[in-house]
Amino acid sequence: MADPIISVKHLVKIYKMGDFEVHALRGISLEINPREFVAIMGASGSGKSTFMNIVGCLDIPTSGEYLLDGIDISKMDRDELARLRNKKLGFVFQSFNLLSRTTALENVELPLLYSNSRSAAQRREKAMEALNAVGLADRAGHYSNQLSGGQQQRVAIARSLVNDPVVILADEPTGNLDTRTSVEVMEIFQKLNERGITVVLVTHELDIARFAGKNVLFKDGKISRIAMVEDRKIASEELPKIPVLEDEMES
Amino acid sequence: MNILNIIKISYRSLGRNKLRSFLTMLGIIIGVAAVIAMLAIGQGASNAVKQQIAGLGTNMLIVFPFASTQGGVHFQAGTTSRLTQSDATAIQEQCPAVEYVTPIVRVVTQVIAGTQNWRTIVFGAYPNYEEIRNWPVQSGSYFTDSDERDAAKVCLLGQTVAENLFGAGTVPIGETIQIRNLPFKIIGVLAPKGQNANGDDQDDIVVAPFSTVQQKLAGTIYANAIFASAISSSAVSTASDEITQLLRDRHKLTSGAPNDFTVRTQTEIASTADATTKTMTLLLASIAGISLIVGGIGIMNIMLVSVTERTREIGIRMAVGARGSDVLTQFLIEALSLSFAGGIIGIVLGVLSSQFVSNIQKWPIVISPESIVLAFIFAAAIGIFFGWYPARKAANLNPIEALRYE
Ligand SMILES: Nc1ncnc2c1ncn2[C@@H]1O[C@H](COP(=O)(O)OP(=O)(O)O)[C@@H](O)[C@H]1O
Ligand SMILES: [Mg+2]
Repeated sequence: MADPIISVKHLVKIYKMGDFEVHALRGISLEINPREFVAIMGASGSGKSTFMNIVGCLDIPTSGEYLLDGIDISKMDRDELARLRNKKLGFVFQSFNLLSRTTALENVELPLLYSNSRSAAQRREKAMEALNAVGLADRAGHYSNQLSGGQQQRVAIARSLVNDPVVILADEPTGNLDTRTSVEVMEIFQKLNERGITVVLVTHELDIARFAGKNVLFKDGKISRIAMVEDRKIASEELPKIPVLEDEMES
Repeated sequence: MNILNIIKISYRSLGRNKLRSFLTMLGIIIGVAAVIAMLAIGQGASNAVKQQIAGLGTNMLIVFPFASTQGGVHFQAGTTSRLTQSDATAIQEQCPAVEYVTPIVRVVTQVIAGTQNWRTIVFGAYPNYEEIRNWPVQSGSYFTDSDERDAAKVCLLGQTVAENLFGAGTVPIGETIQIRNLPFKIIGVLAPKGQNANGDDQDDIVVAPFSTVQQKLAGTIYANAIFASAISSSAVSTASDEITQLLRDRHKLTSGAPNDFTVRTQTEIASTADATTKTMTLLLASIAGISLIVGGIGIMNIMLVSVTERTREIGIRMAVGARGSDVLTQFLIEALSLSFAGGIIGIVLGVLSSQFVSNIQKWPIVISPESIVLAFIFAAAIGIFFGWYPARKAANLNPIEALRYE
């Protein structure tokens, strides 16, 4: 098997609040291999987001080792971490985090603006390609507030994959979505995963976790269980079973 | 990082929130417009004051033939005068701080034109009286050095005399007037000068060549006074010292003896006026400066609010790979663009409003290119200065905390 994309050993994160310490991660060791689809589960406060932020190079661990695509990130400064986020990682948030008063296309283009190699035309082409991959090419010119929640999350996914990342990290991407839209989003993740992109997502919904290939259960800042999903669900097969609600904004 | 991309990002961001952009600019617009208008009005007023002072002949010195007394000197009491034309010549030749010198002889008499007559003062002076008093003709021309040499019977009329002899609005050049039964040809009319500091009508005068008045009207070998001008307003006191020393030598005064003449200057008037102008300019400059600073604080205020308001946006940018320096540059470019645009609009507004004030109030204004450049540089500097802190603040945000910000 190939070298892991993500390899963490004894990851510890302690938040200091005055003289009070919160042990958010108490020694996490985990390897995630290329093309894997991992769902991280666990109760609220178990350290899932803290883990994702560190893996996403948004935060640094208190101690422990983290190799991203073979690169040791523990010695990197702010700027180098920013570069890694730009080049190797795609992030999807629960609350979409799109720029307001900005078109879908411009939102998707954003990571490309912070990596200088492409011309304006190439950026546009790349962004359209990504929007196409999430099925929103026809909404390129729409402003983010003109899109439904599901569409906004799909734009966010397009943004996360526009710079060809080695892994997409999604922290509760379906947390703000209804059942059907959640499955639609999972369909996109599964499609991307089939194309070879590694996906790590956090969810506390069992139903959603069953779309992944592997489940990792967090408990009090530690991994309590790792399991392969046996009866893995395929989103495109599930979708027809879910009734379309009348008042849904999706088209 | 590609700076062009950051510029693009900045402009998209400004365009996305036009009202906020405009409000930010407003401070600078008002500040710059105020600076332009203040400087235009201030310089206009200051120029007007300077012109009035120059009209007085600030560089002028007057030598009276008496020792100064407690009650002041009296021009009229000329019987024991010891000033001569050769004193004037000596001053001209030996005092480097003196530019022009003329002896003055003065006769108070009737002047007659046809059936009209008028009592006035006839001044005899060299043609350089024009430069010394800074008193040009309104029409016609001054007499010349050859008129002076030949004791020609030509004269210039002051406005008051011209009006009383020939009526207002007529130009009596070429006409002849009788002064003590001698015909004088009128070759010019002096520009109006108004009242002097004592309230005397300075236009009630006839000016003729010194030699003519001295020989044909006064019949004296002395001069009633000597008028001189210093080479510059700052050289007036030097000129005064030089003249005093020279005349003491020429009049053979021993070292303890008091002066038998008085040198008067207009330095006091000039320095008061100068101080007034300076105070006024300073006042206007500080008002303008304050409005610019207020404008700058306005920019900083809105940029700071905007950093807080845009915390989440900054978090998003950082999450997709913006470095601190990218965010810093973006915010700086935004601040700079706003202050540049505000500066340009402010300049246009300032020029228009000062012209408006000038038209309505009939105030003199001077819009100098320097003030425009100055205002613009100030605007840019304020953009950088007050844009820096909020930009720095934005760049130092922690991405996770920024993303979590509601
Ligand atoms: N910035 C922070 N400062 C202090 N404590 C924090 C911070 N972020 C998270 N925590 C704490 O760390 C623990 C794990 O939080 P988190 O990773 O967000 O859990 P989850 O995403 O699984 O709900 C919680 O107890 C939370 O209160
Ligand atoms: Mg969480």
